[in-house]
Amino acid sequence: MSALVIKNVTKRYNEVKSVVDVSLNIEPGERIALLGHNGAGKTTLIKMILGLVKPTSGSIEVLGVAPGSKKARLLTSYLPENVAFHGSLTGREQMRHFAALKSQNTKKADELLEKVGLSHAMNRKIATYSKGMRQRIGLAQALLGKPKLALLDEPTSGLDPISRHEFYDIVKDLSNNGTAVIISSHALTEVETKTDRIAILSQGNLVANESLEVLRKSASLPILIKIKASDKKINEVANSFENKKLNSNRVNGQTLELFCKQNQKIDILGQISAFGNAIKDIDITPPSLEELYRYYSTSKPKDSASLEEK
Amino acid sequence: MFTIAKIEILIARRNMWVTVSVVLMALFSVVLTLTGGAPTGTLGVDPLIIATSSITTLSVYFIPLVALLLAFDAISGEIERGTLALSLTYPLSRAQILLGKFIAHFLVLAFAIGVGLLLSGTLAVIKNGGATGLSFTPLLWLFFTSLMLGATFLGLGYLISALVRQPSAASGLAIVVWLVFVVLYDIILLGALVGDKGGFFSDNIFPFLLVANPSDAFRLLNMPEMGSKELTSGISAAGDISGRLGQLISLFLWPILALFLAWLKLKRIES
Repeated sequence: MSALVIKNVTKRYNEVKSVVDVSLNIEPGERIALLGHNGAGKTTLIKMILGLVKPTSGSIEVLGVAPGSKKARLLTSYLPENVAFHGSLTGREQMRHFAALKSQNTKKADELLEKVGLSHAMNRKIATYSKGMRQRIGLAQALLGKPKLALLDEPTSGLDPISRHEFYDIVKDLSNNGTAVIISSHALTEVETKTDRIAILSQGNLVANESLEVLRKSASLPILIKIKASDKKINEVANSFENKKLNSNRVNGQTLELFCKQNQKIDILGQISAFGNAIKDIDITPPSLEELYRYYSTSKPKDSASLEEK
Repeated sequence: MFTIAKIEILIARRNMWVTVSVVLMALFSVVLTLTGGAPTGTLGVDPLIIATSSITTLSVYFIPLVALLLAFDAISGEIERGTLALSLTYPLSRAQILLGKFIAHFLVLAFAIGVGLLLSGTLAVIKNGGATGLSFTPLLWLFFTSLMLGATFLGLGYLISALVRQPSAASGLAIVVWLVFVVLYDIILLGALVGDKGGFFSDNIFPFLLVANPSDAFRLLNMPEMGSKELTSGISAAGDISGRLGQLISLFLWPILALFLAWLKLKRIES
């Protein structure tokens, strides 16, 4: 049984469409990154999966039952974006409260606090916590009760790189135990290789839903090749690429920048090596994650409709 | 539900405002018990009756204020902090969240009022040199009706909290509601009464409008039935028309109605 099935879901607030005809399946143990700008519809989609917001049309099934039903709530966990727990409680009190709500014993609460690295601070009031520490409480409560589906809304914003690394280790543990995990983020660089699949929302439309490799391939963004040669030879090198009609740039008299497609790369490299010692250095830069993300998130929803159907 | 109540009590225990109101309530009760006898001297009237009359007058203003200030943050604060959405993803109904908070706040109120009245009772016994000749019924009655009054304004506080969703706006509206119920309402009724000069309004509408306000129903219910009626004749004469039953119904229905409306509103929040 799929952990989550979303079929043609649309959410309209008055006249504004927040989520448009989104379909998405997630299997147990899968880790999905849900990407999009602020206001792209990520949080709305997550809240519909939780049953907090009703879709205008379409259907959602969580582990075979309706979102927000008792069974769904027992098996789903949620880490809200920017959650601020009551400052006058200690981390331990807050965590034990959540454990009691999920019918877990207090020992489990303490264990999870230790797992997220908060055991040293659990008897302090939350008001004294740093943002990262608060986020860890949020994460700890999302681990309660062996969830089958975990929805983490911008979990890594405000975390330093080391905490982020630890966070993804915990996510990996979760998915190894069969939990399907959705992580929303506004930056592809934050999730990159830590997820199995990347879904991108743009103005409420699902414009991509593939693994990173497939996304790279189908976007076919240009690769940048930087060639450095002596100022006498550089013109010769540049002229030899004239017939290929590539986008090129001359930088500082010694360097040539070429933009080419993936399938032209080897060809061009062969041509360059023919110049032998005249070439001082070569740099190859594949499209960055930022560029890839920008490509998908700014692509028009209509193009994506055809992409989705196949 | 009790899990929610437990955590809310933990929060309330560390709430400055709760501490302040418990201390104030105790202080006022003590002062009013000690000085309450002054106008009548030591003659005749049970000192506890005098004390409860004074404490009633104070409670009409104080208890609604405490209750509203406990409640205004209950829902709006959780919306702002983002914890309401989180609570709603737990296997827990909205009614349970509301009732859990209500139980906790109600117990806090009961504690504040209880401490005050207990002190008041103890002092009266000491002053009297023993419990003989004292009637504790007015004190218990005051305790009970104060709780109903408090419950009403807790419910109204939740309703406000769910309606405006922002703690700052909710606190402002809470003060407005307080002013209307315990101050302005009476002034307007009084104005109408003066303007009417004992006509149809005074005899047939006014008494019911009076008990319709929970704070006035509370005031009437705590009027001494005998003895010092002369002190309060105007209002209690009007109170006779609606009767004890009307007053009790008003004070009982208000908390239920307010909580019910708050629940209706909470149910419709898509957070």
